Amino acid sequence: MIPAPFEYDAPTTLEEAIGLLQKYGDEAKILSGGHSLIPMMKLRFASPERLIDINGIAGLSHISEENGTVKIGALVREVEAEHSDLLKKHFPIFEDVTHLIADPQVRNMGTLGGNLAHGDAANDHPAVMIALGATVIATGPDGERAIPIDEFFYGFYMTALQHGEILTEIQIPVPPAGTSSAYHKLERKVGDYATAGVAVQLTLDANGVCTAAGIGLTNVNPVPLRAARSEAALIGKTLTTETIAEAAKYASEDCSPSSDLRGSEEYKRDMVAVLVKRMIKKASERILI
Amino acid sequence: MKEITITVNGTAHTLQVENRLLLVHFIREVLNLTGTHIGCDTSSCGACTILLNGKSVKSCTVLAVQANGKEIQTVEGLAPEGSLHPLQEGFKENHGLHCGFCTPGMMMRASELLQNNPNPTEDEIRWGISGNLCRCTGYNNIVKAIQYAGAKIRGEELPSTEPEFV
Amino acid sequence: MIQCKTSKAISGMGHSMKRKEDARFIQGKGNYVDDIKLPGMLYMDIVRSPYAYAKIKKINTEAALKIPGVVAVVTGKDLEQYNLHWMPTLMSDTQMVLPTDTVMYQAQEVAAVIATSRYAARDGKEAVIVEYEPMKPLMDPYKSLNDDAPILRPDKPGKTDNHIWHWQAGSREETEAVFSNADVVVKEQMHIPRIHVASIETCGCVADYDKVDNHLTMYMTTQAPHAIRTVIALVAGHVGLTEEKIRVISPDIGGGFGGKVPVYPGYVIAIAVSFLVGKPVKWIEDRSENLQADSFARDYHITAEMAATKEGKILATRFKILADHGYTDAAANPSKFPIGMFSVCTGSYDYPTSFVEADAVYTNKPPGGVAYRCSFRVTEAVHAIERITDRLAFEIGKDPAKLRIENFIQKDQFPYKSPLGWEYDSGDYVAGLEKAMNAIDYDGLRAEQVEKRKKGELMGIGISTFTEIVGAGPSKDFDILGIKMFDSAEIRVHPTGKAIARFGTKSQGQGHETTYAQIIAEELGIPAEHIQVEEGDTDTAPYGLGTYASRSTPTAGAAAVMAARKLRDKARKIAAYLLEVSEEDLEWEPGKFSVKGAPEKSKTIQELVFAAYTNHPQGMEAGFEATHYYDPPNLTFPSGAYICVVDIDSETFEIKVRRFVAIDDCGHIINPMIVQGQVHGGLTQGIAPAMYEELIYDEAGNILNGTLMDYLVPTAVESPKWETGHVITPSPHHPIGAKGVGESPTVGAPPAIANAIVDALSVYGVTHMDIPITPYKIWKKLKDTGKI
Repeated sequence: MIPAPFEYDAPTTLEEAIGLLQKYGDEAKILSGGHSLIPMMKLRFASPERLIDINGIAGLSHISEENGTVKIGALVREVEAEHSDLLKKHFPIFEDVTHLIADPQVRNMGTLGGNLAHGDAANDHPAVMIALGATVIATGPDGERAIPIDEFFYGFYMTALQHGEILTEIQIPVPPAGTSSAYHKLERKVGDYATAGVAVQLTLDANGVCTAAGIGLTNVNPVPLRAARSEAALIGKTLTTETIAEAAKYASEDCSPSSDLRGSEEYKRDMVAVLVKRMIKKASERILI
Repeated sequence: MKEITITVNGTAHTLQVENRLLLVHFIREVLNLTGTHIGCDTSSCGACTILLNGKSVKSCTVLAVQANGKEIQTVEGLAPEGSLHPLQEGFKENHGLHCGFCTPGMMMRASELLQNNPNPTEDEIRWGISGNLCRCTGYNNIVKAIQYAGAKIRGEELPSTEPEFV
Repeated sequence: MIQCKTSKAISGMGHSMKRKEDARFIQGKGNYVDDIKLPGMLYMDIVRSPYAYAKIKKINTEAALKIPGVVAVVTGKDLEQYNLHWMPTLMSDTQMVLPTDTVMYQAQEVAAVIATSRYAARDGKEAVIVEYEPMKPLMDPYKSLNDDAPILRPDKPGKTDNHIWHWQAGSREETEAVFSNADVVVKEQMHIPRIHVASIETCGCVADYDKVDNHLTMYMTTQAPHAIRTVIALVAGHVGLTEEKIRVISPDIGGGFGGKVPVYPGYVIAIAVSFLVGKPVKWIEDRSENLQADSFARDYHITAEMAATKEGKILATRFKILADHGYTDAAANPSKFPIGMFSVCTGSYDYPTSFVEADAVYTNKPPGGVAYRCSFRVTEAVHAIERITDRLAFEIGKDPAKLRIENFIQKDQFPYKSPLGWEYDSGDYVAGLEKAMNAIDYDGLRAEQVEKRKKGELMGIGISTFTEIVGAGPSKDFDILGIKMFDSAEIRVHPTGKAIARFGTKSQGQGHETTYAQIIAEELGIPAEHIQVEEGDTDTAPYGLGTYASRSTPTAGAAAVMAARKLRDKARKIAAYLLEVSEEDLEWEPGKFSVKGAPEKSKTIQELVFAAYTNHPQGMEAGFEATHYYDPPNLTFPSGAYICVVDIDSETFEIKVRRFVAIDDCGHIINPMIVQGQVHGGLTQGIAPAMYEELIYDEAGNILNGTLMDYLVPTAVESPKWETGHVITPSPHHPIGAKGVGESPTVGAPPAIANAIVDALSVYGVTHMDIPITPYKIWKKLKDTGKI
């Protein structure tokens, strides 16, 4: 339970950090909350030659609203997202999701930026950000670049971040009135990675017709998955039992879970259907409240 | 190697450490504060929980260099010498420990919990300590100990510490 | 209300005295093995096999030895030079310390790296290159006995198969006769899976060999320091480490639960290295190593059968077991009982006939077979009988509570001779179950269940009414490696009336420093506060077999009573002398002797102790000390009635334990607070294997959940709020009527939970599910049977 030796830098500016990343390339890993990386290093599944600790960089810990966009700095800790009034106001899903991530100590360290940049389909925020239609801001030697969430996740632990780039901010459009969201995951015990997780954001008009839907799935696909057919099945419709069942069915068909200790592929598909149904109901109930 | 200064239980320590030194080993092996324990290698058990700038963290998953310039509190610093913190009293009075191995981490976690939420419900306590494993007590009395400490901190009448039987 | 004979100031039995040991634990001043730091101490890390079964072709240590700080790499070949490469298990089987040619399970110790720091040792471990020639492992115990199975233990002379032992009890023929004539026979195949105690402190040691004095001090995580000293002497006596040269110190232990009874290779390697280099060597295993290599518990495949009349009168039971011991039988059962006390499987019910037979086999899994907070194999036995009893209730459509009450051994039948030969000491099973039923409102729950079922909701109520068998044990039947299973206490009362007491047992959290003091306080009237209890140092404590199988109170606790009574007899003699009356004219009340009819003429225990040092009668030995080695006349038989209510989500099959009431009978209670705490903890270790924990291997021999991320130890969220209570039927043969309690809840809870879940699922025709019962397993069961 001891990592292999490594070099360590703690830059205090973004420029310095980007310079180090450019200089060391693949040898370097960014240390943010560290609660995915350090355990892997302790088990020696990962042995980076250099850690670039970005925790000392100012200006990455904000949660703010500007021109219809909520901006979340990459170093915002899970615990801060859990208790942010601004996030609660627009996105009740954050309370759902943060409560279910690991445990309080891990949430004190773990960052939203890290949760996304790790590129792990088992993490919870990717699905949430898909549901919310977020944009990831990457800062590199050439300045900032906006990456839509649907173009961010590439493969197993792979993201659209290029050499020299740091995920610095997450931007989420403030949804119109009549919108709400919900997240739940099945877990074998508290703090576990999801057996299956579902994030939903819905907008309903005054007649109860769904005008927008975002549905993201956790840990049932090699990469975090948008349940696009499920979303399409809801839009333009009132949320009848049949409509919801159709959306649930599509999600369970379109995901691609692997069989493992958490259950078989078929089981996970069944659970995705149940969760999609429940989260659509929960999000829509929150709208009516 | 890197020179770091960490304030532990109010005393500043400036030392050269290996980059990879885990904070828990800094606390246990360098400073010989052995009240903080190690129970796993996957950040699962919480036995190593300490306060880092007032936030409970698992010191097995933090590098000592990350704590440079920060303040740490361990079980040894929970109460001034010769006195007990309400949590320490709560754990003793309510039989909140058996083997004692998880206890320091459990109390450090609970101390932040009570700081943020001085009157937690039973459910909030159970979720609040969900990152700390105890193999001996079955948790009932840990919950009771934290409720007792909460009452003490709030200056309210202390709940009974007698065992209740059906 | 529990009656107390002593005042709170004395705090004898029945007082919920706050624990004396807590002061150090709550202030971070516990002294666990990893807290020990000796000058010049070296650190050891262990290279482990990635394969379950492989030949070792080559171990290349060159790169490791070049790492700064690495002092040595020790292999089996090195130990072979000193004939230290093999050791006995507590079951008189044999086990490699380090292999010389073949590895037999994944995570087996292959080499040890010794370094000047923990970090260098770990780096060295990464740098040792071992070349293996993997072989196909034998993972299925049923295949282990096939003709084409590889012989796993050719090291054992004459061994031509993988069979370890056969054991049976009862009459096969008589049982068959009852079964063939019975109205109803029910049968289930059960697997009680391989689990791990996962005490929060892992195992470790500091071996400190002093070359000058030829003396070894061994600080280690052991529940049985004296037995371990003897084992070390047996292993290393030939190199000069004879028993008087060995001191085993078991410091504060961070939980044991049976996992700290065996001798693990790491301990022996550390001793060997310290012996060779003359420096202290520390070895502390990681959690993953602990889960992957240290002794497992359970892993019994059981066929359970019950014969009954159609009205539900139990007539006979039959159990057939296949025990998977892994690479070697490294259990810790009494010699005569390789299956432990499984034959308590006839349960709390009165019927004359039963037959048990068991076979144990080798596989390529880690060795073991220790308990997991239970007396020897009692959990397996109780699970089998309590599940099959529910199965009978389902079969004949009778309420499981009613079925149990109609079949219970009645309280006036004690002492009760069980069909398989045990003599149950005492109990009142009806009172226990009725108390539990009232506390949980059993009838109300059954009515609610009817309504819930109409709505398609899954709710289940499960009962377990178990009888434990603990306190091993009478020397005529019980020994480990030939050493009889007595235990001991030594009490020294100082001239000022304060005492130190030492024991052959070793607390790992049970609170001995408090409860033993209370026992002595009860007997002598010296305030428990002034009785210092010490355990774990073989140089000072009297010999004993240690703490496991709920044996401390039944054996060492009884020894404390007997030693205290010897002292009270001495005090009586001194009182008679000082008060100038005959001994018969004296009356005892806790803390003093007074003259019958003249209560103003009295002497306190403190005055009498002082006199033992200052003014004792001529001819009497001075001092006030006594030792007792207690050989129990029988085992003790704690019992319990547990009822559990579960609600199961009808789509996700998530299981919520809504309520759990546990009524225990552990005889007279020494400290109600501690007893309750033990029950709480045991219940959580009952829900753990019932719903969460299992060590899972694939066919290639890989463990699939060897860390706490996947080996699911319950948190405060999974663990429900336990409700506990008691009935008290004192053990008639124990000097204070106590029975032991630490393990009853671990034994009794799993079948209560399993019965509740199966009850909920009985609407789908489900009659049995193997533990751990998870939402996925329920889904699978219903899917496989076409119910969903």
